[in-house]
Amino acid sequence: MSLIKCENLSLAYDSAVVAKNINFEISRGDYLCIVGENGSGKSTLIKTILGLKKPHDGQVIFDTDSDACAIGYMPQQTEVQKDFPASVFEVVLSGRLNSCRFRPFFSKNDKITAMHNMRLMGVDSLKNKSFQELSGGQQQRVLLARALCATNTKGLLLLDEPMTGLDPHATADMHKLISDINRRLNITVIMVSHDIHAAVNYSTHILHMVGENPFFGTTDEYRETEQGREFLCAWGCKH
Amino acid sequence: MLIAEAVTSIFSYSFLVRAFVVGTLVSLCASLLGVSLVLKRYSMIGDGLSHVGFSALAVASALSLAPLAVAIPVVLLASFVLLRLDNKKLMGDSAIAVISSAALAIGVLCVSLSGTNTDLESYMFGSIMAISDADAYLSIALSVILLAGYVLFYNRIFAVTFDESFSRATGIRTNFFNTLIAVLTAITVVLGMRMMGALLISSLIIFPCLCARKLCSSFKAVCICSGLISVLCFFVGMVASYVLGTPTGASIVAVNVIALVLSCLVGWGVRNVKGAHQG
Repeated sequence: MSLIKCENLSLAYDSAVVAKNINFEISRGDYLCIVGENGSGKSTLIKTILGLKKPHDGQVIFDTDSDACAIGYMPQQTEVQKDFPASVFEVVLSGRLNSCRFRPFFSKNDKITAMHNMRLMGVDSLKNKSFQELSGGQQQRVLLARALCATNTKGLLLLDEPMTGLDPHATADMHKLISDINRRLNITVIMVSHDIHAAVNYSTHILHMVGENPFFGTTDEYRETEQGREFLCAWGCKH
Repeated sequence: MLIAEAVTSIFSYSFLVRAFVVGTLVSLCASLLGVSLVLKRYSMIGDGLSHVGFSALAVASALSLAPLAVAIPVVLLASFVLLRLDNKKLMGDSAIAVISSAALAIGVLCVSLSGTNTDLESYMFGSIMAISDADAYLSIALSVILLAGYVLFYNRIFAVTFDESFSRATGIRTNFFNTLIAVLTAITVVLGMRMMGALLISSLIIFPCLCARKLCSSFKAVCICSGLISVLCFFVGMVASYVLGTPTGASIVAVNVIALVLSCLVGWGVRNVKGAHQG
């Protein structure tokens, strides 16, 4: 049984259709990279999978196992967060809110999970630091720890361009971290990325969003397609 | 000694005690809501609501209706509208400015057409005499509900303030919480307006959070510090206004300004000391 299946999905942004015929299926433990030009509907697709947006047409089918609904989402950072007074622990702990249901406060177990995920991401020593004082790379690690708190090994991690604004060193770090989460913890990852080379290096599957005819397949298949080669080359030449 | 005497004599007047209780609770509520509003860049909503509230009070007085009974529903309605406008980002800030000044104009016209100009100043700049027994009971009841709600929903309010997309994705009803904050702000603004005045009430929302941000680094600390600063400033402002015979609302705002300057200095000093230690 696949974890998520998209059938003939069309996406619209402000009533203009931006992507059509999206068909893909991923299983537990996969690492899917969504690539494509700006405005090709990558972020809209993420929002549709999260249920924040209704598909224009087609459907997203989830595994019937209720644990699979545990989605850890890492959105792009907003202006508000840049100078937000919050401690690292507060931010990570807020990822546990979906397990609180009707409880108003966090349990001891929630706090243990938060600490555990902070250790995994190597930010446990920053526990009481203010989020706004951290470097870009540290901030992204904290947000990744928060996303981990919201999911579990049966669940899914959805990352929306987690490398935005990071220097090359921090970017490489982040790639390694996400790859570790995928392989060691066996958590399914869906990531929107601009960096096609890294995407090809780390992911198991690629979804290349282009207008009416998106590509979906394993990373190896992607390398062989004309679309893939063109896109890889375009990136190679530019960077 | 002078201050102790002033405080004792304040508490010997029942209307001042009433103003004191209402003011303390409203300051506390305003400062807590202010944390969310300021951090989400919604400060202007508080300002817009107070102008709408002024207009509602003026209309109520012209038609000789009960002021709070008219003002609360009108400001609630305005809070829904302002929140929608801001969400759309469609000229959000200018829309708020338009509503603010339009409401102010309607209020001034109403007061002047109804013939008495004496109320105008009390609505704009506040008056501690304006608080009736009924107002006081209503204020106390609503403040208690608000504080209880804030504590109960604290973790969700933090999540929604810090990151709306993430919260929505993890199943928190962000629209509900945004509306809740707007509604609670509307109520607080109306309650505080009689004492602080329409033009000054938004300072109760904005100043304490700005001070607390300079001093604290976690959200919980900012909330607590903001509440303490707000109540302290209210107390000092109230006593000062009694001793010096200055208008209450303006005195409280003046104390808040001083607190902000002090917090900036302390925050700057602490950062420098820390920097020197690390360097």
